[in-house]
Amino acid sequence: MDNDKLIIGGHEFNSRFILGSGKYSLSLIEAAVKYAGAEIITLAVRRANTKKQENILDFIPNGVTLLPNTSGARNAEEAVRIARLARELGCGSFVKVEIMRDSKYLLPDNQETVKATEILANDGFVVMPYMYPDLNTARDLVNAGAAAVMPLASPIGSNKGLATKEFIQILIDEINLPVIVDAGIGRPSQACEAMEMGAAAIMANTALATAGDLPMMAAAFRQAVEAGRKAYLAGLGRVLTRGASASDPLTGFLRD
Amino acid sequence: MDSEYLSAKALEKKHRLETDPTYRKNHMEYLPGMERIESDICANVMKHMKSFDYSKYTAHDVKSALNRDTCSIEDFKALLSPAAEPFLEQMAQRARLETSKHFGNTVYMFTPLYIANYCENYCVYCGFNCYNHINRMKLTIEQIAHEMEIIADSGMEEILILTGESRAQSDVNYIGEACKLARKYFRMVGLEIYPVNTDEYRYLHECGADYVTVFQETYDSDKYETLHLLGHKRVWPYRFDAQERALMGGMRGVAFSALLGLSDFRKDALASALHVYFLQRKYPYAEMSLSCPRLRPIINNDKINPLDVHEKQLCQILCAYRIFLPFVGITVSSRESAEFRNGIVKIAATKVSAGVSTGIGDHESKYSGKESDGMHGDEQFEINDSRSLGKMYRDISDEGLQPVLNDYLYV
Repeated sequence: MDNDKLIIGGHEFNSRFILGSGKYSLSLIEAAVKYAGAEIITLAVRRANTKKQENILDFIPNGVTLLPNTSGARNAEEAVRIARLARELGCGSFVKVEIMRDSKYLLPDNQETVKATEILANDGFVVMPYMYPDLNTARDLVNAGAAAVMPLASPIGSNKGLATKEFIQILIDEINLPVIVDAGIGRPSQACEAMEMGAAAIMANTALATAGDLPMMAAAFRQAVEAGRKAYLAGLGRVLTRGASASDPLTGFLRD
Repeated sequence: MDSEYLSAKALEKKHRLETDPTYRKNHMEYLPGMERIESDICANVMKHMKSFDYSKYTAHDVKSALNRDTCSIEDFKALLSPAAEPFLEQMAQRARLETSKHFGNTVYMFTPLYIANYCENYCVYCGFNCYNHINRMKLTIEQIAHEMEIIADSGMEEILILTGESRAQSDVNYIGEACKLARKYFRMVGLEIYPVNTDEYRYLHECGADYVTVFQETYDSDKYETLHLLGHKRVWPYRFDAQERALMGGMRGVAFSALLGLSDFRKDALASALHVYFLQRKYPYAEMSLSCPRLRPIINNDKINPLDVHEKQLCQILCAYRIFLPFVGITVSSRESAEFRNGIVKIAATKVSAGVSTGIGDHESKYSGKESDGMHGDEQFEINDSRSLGKMYRDISDEGLQPVLNDYLYV
């Protein structure tokens, strides 16, 4: 367990809980780092595009890796511009590509995401694209140079959990990059379930931001993510794995 | 009320406009220079508004609307009906849930800046109307810069530039210059000006503006005709399509509202939200927001009584908006009291103004108490919540919410 690191673009992390950026506050960031153990915090560049007295960059504790996102981008070109601005602002080389052409559900545009990923990966960014869980797109993202893929579990902010479970499982089974489940995780049990499935990490924001007791919810997420990860590494009991096995082997008649 | 400064000829014209409908231009007919676009949005909105019989909805309809995950147009109509009034608390609970899902506990802040109050329209309820004798003023570019500097110094990062509706006095180039200037002082620049054509919206977008607010005042075109007697604003359909032209011109977002209380507020609330709903389906990437002005006392006019939209009804409308359109911004202006605004940001509103002056060129005296040269333009309406940015920021934080000064990037 001690050597079980999350590796993204050659960078190592101990924590598999990533704080999303939607609803930020100083107390949320504190709780995520202190109680959920977050080592990566997403930051909307458009939120960081502020004057000194409000700058969210000042809220980020030392030792935490910033993951600036391109929210607000409606196509690849805008995402690339926002990512480069993030680098100029001193946000490092990580970037979460988020491209939405839909202001109602905030669903990602997979095609544009592949384009932006390729440009940014060639430009030296560690690119973590937010995507709708589609296997073909995920393969395209691998070829485009992504460092991870971040499929959505359900519509952002919905707290509805793993609505796309079957498709995320396919990505986990087929893609040789960390699969980080993003958006829609509303409860620790859902985070745990995603980790049991073999997700490399989960990202959440609303679930914490809207909790009654923030630090306690943050701690609950930490335990859930760790429990799910351990269960995955341990190998789930056969009753719980896909399919059942007959008590008498079907192949018992074979002689040599 | 007639101003004593009007000439006999002007008075005669004013009275004739007021009393003789045949003397007024056809409000459904475009004037020269007004762009026509292909759109079915208006027809869709009108179809629903005209057939909206809110008296037919029952408590049962309201309960089933509240029990459904997704609010249909029919559910929304039930929530706007008188039958929903006893369910205000349940509506508020549901609205708060939807607001927190989409916006968390954030509340955005902005301030309006009136740069000119010349107006060529005669709208009977408005203090800026061309027959009203008020101090008219148009800020020079230097004066705009001065005002912006004072506002920016207060910490504000989003500005809404407003003018009266006079193309002659405040033309698109003048407004464009104000936008270019605003880009230097602020992170986000919105416009609330007279409706313009697509190419003009595109120009203003290139100058730095990214959001356009146009209030339809009332979606009841017959009532509209009796209130907007003269000027470009009289043309109802050109105003209706303003947001769509703004989006075609490249603006990121658009804002809508009726002035509640001018006509049947339930129908106007329905039409405002459906205007957003249908436009969002056509332009899914656009950001949309709703405001909710009610009639308030205006200078030199005490005839209008805003009693027909009470706070409870306003709250009902805002909750219904939020449940039907969980993703849209909802702005509550300083026309409402501090108590109302403190309460409604916890339920449905996502944006409030602060440090507001609706006059022209008076930010220095209002922000610092320091009198400048004494030249001011009069205000459009009286405000009810005069909190400064600092006070508003603290009050929002004290309510356990997160004030946000900017969440925007011009790309």
